[in-house]
Amino acid sequence: MSNLVKYFSLKEIKKSLVITLWFMVLTFPIMVIKVNTIENTVIWRWGYLAIIAIGSFILSTLWRYMMERKSLQAGKESKISLQQKLREMGEKNPRLKRGALAAVVVLVVAYPFATSMYQTGIMTTALMYVVLGLGLNIVVGLGGLLHLGYAAFYAVGAYTYALLHVHFGIGFWVSLPIGAGLATILGILLAIPVLRLRGDYLAIVTLGFGEIVRIILENWNDFSYGPSGIANIPRPTLFGIHFKLQQATIFIYFIMVALVVFTIFIVRRLENSRMGRTWIAMREDEIASQSMGIDITKTKVTTFAIGAFWAGMIGVVFAAKTTFINPASFTLWESIIILCIVVIGGMGSIFGVVVGAGILILLPEYLRAFSQYRMLLFGAILVLMMVFRPGGIVTNVRKVYRIDKEKTGEAE
Amino acid sequence: MVPILETKNLTMDFGGLRAVDNINFHINEGEIVALIGPNGAGKTTFFNCITGVYKPTGGDIFIAPDGTHSERINGLKPNIVTEKGLARTFQNIRLFQNMTVLENVMIGRHCRLSAGILGAILRTKATLAEEKKVVDDSYEILEEIGLTKFANEFAKNLPYGAQRRLEIARAMATDPFLLLLDEPAAGMNPQETKELDEMILHIRKNKKISILLIEHDMSLVMSVSEKIFVVDYGKLIAEGTPDEIKKNPEVIKAYLGDETDA
Ligand SMILES: Nc1ncnc2c1ncn2[C@@H]1O[C@H](COP(=O)(O)OP(=O)(O)O)[C@@H](O)[C@H]1O
Ligand SMILES: [Mg+2]
Repeated sequence: MSNLVKYFSLKEIKKSLVITLWFMVLTFPIMVIKVNTIENTVIWRWGYLAIIAIGSFILSTLWRYMMERKSLQAGKESKISLQQKLREMGEKNPRLKRGALAAVVVLVVAYPFATSMYQTGIMTTALMYVVLGLGLNIVVGLGGLLHLGYAAFYAVGAYTYALLHVHFGIGFWVSLPIGAGLATILGILLAIPVLRLRGDYLAIVTLGFGEIVRIILENWNDFSYGPSGIANIPRPTLFGIHFKLQQATIFIYFIMVALVVFTIFIVRRLENSRMGRTWIAMREDEIASQSMGIDITKTKVTTFAIGAFWAGMIGVVFAAKTTFINPASFTLWESIIILCIVVIGGMGSIFGVVVGAGILILLPEYLRAFSQYRMLLFGAILVLMMVFRPGGIVTNVRKVYRIDKEKTGEAE
Repeated sequence: MVPILETKNLTMDFGGLRAVDNINFHINEGEIVALIGPNGAGKTTFFNCITGVYKPTGGDIFIAPDGTHSERINGLKPNIVTEKGLARTFQNIRLFQNMTVLENVMIGRHCRLSAGILGAILRTKATLAEEKKVVDDSYEILEEIGLTKFANEFAKNLPYGAQRRLEIARAMATDPFLLLLDEPAAGMNPQETKELDEMILHIRKNKKISILLIEHDMSLVMSVSEKIFVVDYGKLIAEGTPDEIKKNPEVIKAYLGDETDA
């Protein structure tokens, strides 16, 4: 409270006033003066100036207040993450945990029956992005390799199913592992040339890679049917049963629920394994991890390969869900959305990715009214995140190992 | 007995700059040897050549972990060198900042473990047993170095002296026969330096690990090391016992004069 009061001190108000003045001067030409070139008159919009003055005064005060609070918090390091709180609550009260879990299960199962087909479709998309986010999270969040071509693996999965269907009549369930497998192989192939690259350079090369894949799909007509894409891809069947549209939508929803559970299960086991530790060590310091006996080549290849696996898998589901694919679905924008899910949700955190996918995929759907400002909001959110919560919404907590030894006395 | 580590005419050029100039060096089993010299003399570069971070431009490096069979290790990758039993710390601390202290040490154990991806996914008996063992072993190392109270802290939250010790703990976790410490006492207060002194002697005695030490703190160097090598401008200018080095006029001129008489 005391530092809030500080913000109404004369000095702070003066600072804000200076900033406000600057804003008024800077925006004066575009916001206030309006030249009507036909009648050769100038309209002075003084009202706008007042709005800018009030707006920038409030915003600058707020901004500096937030910055102050942030620097205060940085010293304390007492940020208990949401995840930690939930976990602690569950440990203290196992019945509550079981109850919450049961509620989630009921909610997930009932969702498609309680809502419309449209809503189910949106939720399925969100679930797909959860898996994509988890996959990219292995590369970016855990491995620390900035990867901007992730959509290429997604495309590989989708085209695998579409082409296998067109040429050989192979179904969804067989294509699922094949798509994931081919994406994995492509992941390995990409990892080899970029072994020596890091940071910005890696980002540029992976970006180029993603575009190359898309451009190939767009131009190699004989192979991929070019920009017109492939239509009439069958939806998934169950033991040979074909569903009607509505049932199929629900069925795909449940497939995605199962795949999300499967992915979380595997990723959790991997990230706390011997291999997962090497990913994080590589992110933290490549030279040190090499000097600790980690084969950095192998580690890079495994992050790319395992990351690509999930994109390939979801690509197959995507083709089956939309029944039509073309290269326009796999642009750089797609890679960036998935990257934002990882970054905004919280790098390296599974729960964070789930939250990130929820925010970035579901919110725009429900805020259609603001769709004009989507990009603007997106950019603003990213900038604010970088300033105030660079670790993402959910900050990752490392596993706490329990040492069950008799002699836990301090060695010091 | 052959030396456990020996360099012959080791040379490292960076463009026109010769950072390491024909250095002949050796360390025998069980010895604590110090490498001293003014800033920029090429000590860290010498370490980097031995541990595979740089590929030396000339000369040879031999190791003989068992004290009998020499093996040339020029140009091997750092992780292979570590597997062969040379472990190091860094002058500018390079811990895995966003991993816990225990995990840092567990990374050190990595090259002595074998669990693969399938083992991790299926949680086979062997993997679980190995994971349990690595936690226990790592904890034991933390006990030895006196860091157990920080076990589940992020490395970046440790006090400076503890970070230096964690670097040593992590290096020891790789089961080395030779530990290379690059200015382990840098930034430590006298009390911490004294503890480090004891720790180095303790490691040598209990773990049978030989130690090669780069250090500026002369009292530490003089008290723990049996033998000192002095480099200046990449060249070896003297070698001998601490007493011999103290008296060596060339060393005094190059280095010690300013440091100890001040
Ligand atoms: N990677 C490098 N590229 C170019 N010059 C280097 C490199 N590493 C070290 N040097 C140079 O080699 C010399 C020795 O450096 P260093 O081994 O760090 O000295 P010391 O550890 O003895 O203080 C210095 O002149 C330094 O600038
Ligand atoms: Mg140095």
